[in-house]
Amino acid sequence: MSARNRKPYNAPDDGGHFGEFGGRFVAETLTHALDELTELYENLSTDEVFRQRFEHDLAHYVGRPTPLYEALRLTNEIGGARICLKREDLNHTGAHKINNAVGQALLAERMGKRRVIAETGAGQHGVATATVAARFGFDCCVYMGEEDVKRQALNVYRMKLLGAEVVPVSSGSRTLKDAMNEAMRDWVTNVDDTHYIIGSVAGPHPYPALVRDFQTVIGRETKEQSLEQLGRLPDVLIACVGGGSNAMGLFFPFVDDDGVDLVGVEAAGLGIETGRHAAPLNAGRPGVLHGSRSYVMDDEDGQIRETHSISAGLDYPGVGPEHSYWKDIGRANYVAVTDEQAVDAFRLLNRTEGIMPALESSHAVAYAAVEALRRNNDEIIVVNLSGRGDKDIQTIADMDGIQF
Amino acid sequence: MSRIGSRLETYKRAGKTALVSFVTAGDPSVATTVPALRALVRGGVDILELGVPFSDPEAEGPTIQKSSERALANGVNLVAVLDMVRDFRQTDTNTPVLMMGYFNSLLHRGPEHLVKNAVEAGVDGVIIVNLPPEEATDIQPAFAAADLDLVFLIAPTTTEARARSIVSVAGGFIYYVALKGVTGAQHLEVETVRKEVLRVQSYTTLPVMVGFGVKDPQDARRIATYADGVVVGSALVRTMEALQSSERQIPGALEAQVRELRDAMDESDQDARE
Repeated sequence: MSARNRKPYNAPDDGGHFGEFGGRFVAETLTHALDELTELYENLSTDEVFRQRFEHDLAHYVGRPTPLYEALRLTNEIGGARICLKREDLNHTGAHKINNAVGQALLAERMGKRRVIAETGAGQHGVATATVAARFGFDCCVYMGEEDVKRQALNVYRMKLLGAEVVPVSSGSRTLKDAMNEAMRDWVTNVDDTHYIIGSVAGPHPYPALVRDFQTVIGRETKEQSLEQLGRLPDVLIACVGGGSNAMGLFFPFVDDDGVDLVGVEAAGLGIETGRHAAPLNAGRPGVLHGSRSYVMDDEDGQIRETHSISAGLDYPGVGPEHSYWKDIGRANYVAVTDEQAVDAFRLLNRTEGIMPALESSHAVAYAAVEALRRNNDEIIVVNLSGRGDKDIQTIADMDGIQF
Repeated sequence: MSRIGSRLETYKRAGKTALVSFVTAGDPSVATTVPALRALVRGGVDILELGVPFSDPEAEGPTIQKSSERALANGVNLVAVLDMVRDFRQTDTNTPVLMMGYFNSLLHRGPEHLVKNAVEAGVDGVIIVNLPPEEATDIQPAFAAADLDLVFLIAPTTTEARARSIVSVAGGFIYYVALKGVTGAQHLEVETVRKEVLRVQSYTTLPVMVGFGVKDPQDARRIATYADGVVVGSALVRTMEALQSSERQIPGALEAQVRELRDAMDESDQDARE
C-alpha cells in the first residue's frame, strides 16, 4: 500500500491504546494525576510558549541539533551499505535521555510541582533527571536497584553531586523494574506535589506518547539532515530497544515513509536460546507491566522474569506499547544481538571512528554491521548512537582483566 | 445474588459493620494459609481476601511486598491459590472469599480461564489492583455471566464524576482506599475518610469497605461508625511474619487479633443503634 492512499498514522486513541497495547493499568489513586498530565499533554501541540521554551532549552542547554555523521571508515571496514550515525551521544549528559527530561521538567513546572522522581537502570536517565532538577530548582529523588547502585557507582555519585537523593531499591530482583515499582509507590504517596519523570516510552498513558513526542526531535533532525547532506531519505533506520525511547524518537517521524525500513535491536544477552536475555519483542508475549499492556518476559504463571544484558539500560523485561503494536502490524522489525556482538561493535567503532558508543547503542551498531552486508553500496543506513560509552569503560576493562 | 452481596445485605439491615481480612496465599508457608483463613473466620472475619502473589506488586507497602516474595519463593501460583480455596470450602461454604492481585498473574491465561476456575473453586469475587474500569470492559462479560464479582477501588484522588461511573459498573462492594499511598502506610486520617465515604455512599447502594492503613482496634472502631466494612491486611501479615519460625502459633494469634478488631467494631455498631 502506498502512503498516498493510506490514512496517516494516528495512534494512540483517547485512552492511550496502540491497537491492543498501551492503556492505563494503574492503581486508582494515580488516575487523577494521569488525567491531569494527559490534559496538559493534549494541549501542548498548540502551546506556542511551551514549544519555544522547549526548543530554546534543546538548543542552548542540551546542545542540539546533534550531527548526522557519515562513518566512512566503519563503512569501508564492513563493506556494504553506507552507515551514518545520529550523534545523540554528543548531547549534554551524554545520551538522548536529556531530551525527554527537559520536556518533562517544563511540564512539571507548568503543573506547579516542586519535586521530581525517576527510576534508573544504568543511571543515564537518573543523571538526566537530576540534571534538569538542578537546572529548574526541583527536589529530586532517583530510585535505583541495589544491584545497579553497585554496578554504576560513578553515576550514583554524579547524581548526588547534582543534588539528587539516590534511593537503593532492595525488593524483587533489585534492578530497573524494581526501581520503577518503587518510583510508582512514591508517586502514589506524594502525588500532590511530585511529578514522575518516566524515562522511556513505557508506563501508563500518557507517558508512551508524551516521551515519544519529546524524543521525536531525533527523527525530525535526521530527516532534515538526510535530505540536506545525502540528498534523500535513508533506506533503513536502526536503534537499540530497551523500553524503546531512542528508537521511537528516531523512527516516529518516518512512520508514514513506507520506503524507510525500521529495525529495533533488543538485547539477546547470552543468547535468546539460553533464556538469559532482555528481548520481550523477540521472545516474550503480551502482558501487563508498569501501567501498560505490551510484550513482556514472564513465566507460565504470569510472574515477570529476571532479565540479562551486559547493558544495564536494556536490561528490562518490558518494552514500550507502541513498539509492541509496530511489531504486530509489521511497521518495524525487531531483532536481537548478544552481549558478545555488542562488545565487538563497541571495540569496532572505537577503532575505526574514534567514537566510544554506550553498550546500549553498541547493540544497534552491531546489527548495522549485519544489515550493511545485506544491502548495496549505494543504500544508506542511519544508526542512532543513543549515548556515549564512558560509563561502560569499567565493564569492558573487567572483560580485559584490567583493574584501575 | 452472590454470596458477597447477600452477606452484606444482611449486615446492612442489621446495622452491622463487616470485617474484611487480607492475607497473602502461601505466606509464610503453603500449609499455614487454610488454617489461618479458618482462624480468621472464628475470630469474627466476615469476608476473606486472599492475595495472589505477583513479582511486581507496585501498590503494596514493604509488608505485603515481602509477604508476596515469600509466597513466590514457596512456589505459589494461581493454581495453588485455587487449591487453597477449594480446601477451605470443604469446611466453610458460607464465608465469601475474594482473590486480590495484579493483572498479569491473574489474567495471564485470559478472563474465561480465570472465571471458570475461580467459580469452580468457590471464589466469590476478584479485586485486580491495577485494573481500572476503563481497561476492564473486555473482561467484564465473563465475570457477569458467572456471577463472579469484579470489585473496583475508589481513592481519595478519584473525582466525583469518575466515582459515579465506577459505582455504576462495580460488583460486590466498593473498596475505598483510605489514603494516598501504598498498603500499610502510616498516615490514616479518619475524619477526612469519613467525609469521602459518606459522599460515595450518597450515590451508591453498594456497601463501601475502607482499607489501606487500618492498623488497630481504635482505627477499626472509628471507621465502623460510618463505613459498611473495614479491611485489615498489613497488620495481619505482620503478625504472620513475626511468627514465621513458629507457624503453629499463627492461627491462634490471628484469631485473637481479629477478635479485638471485631469487638471494637461491635461496640461502635452498638453505640450507633442506641
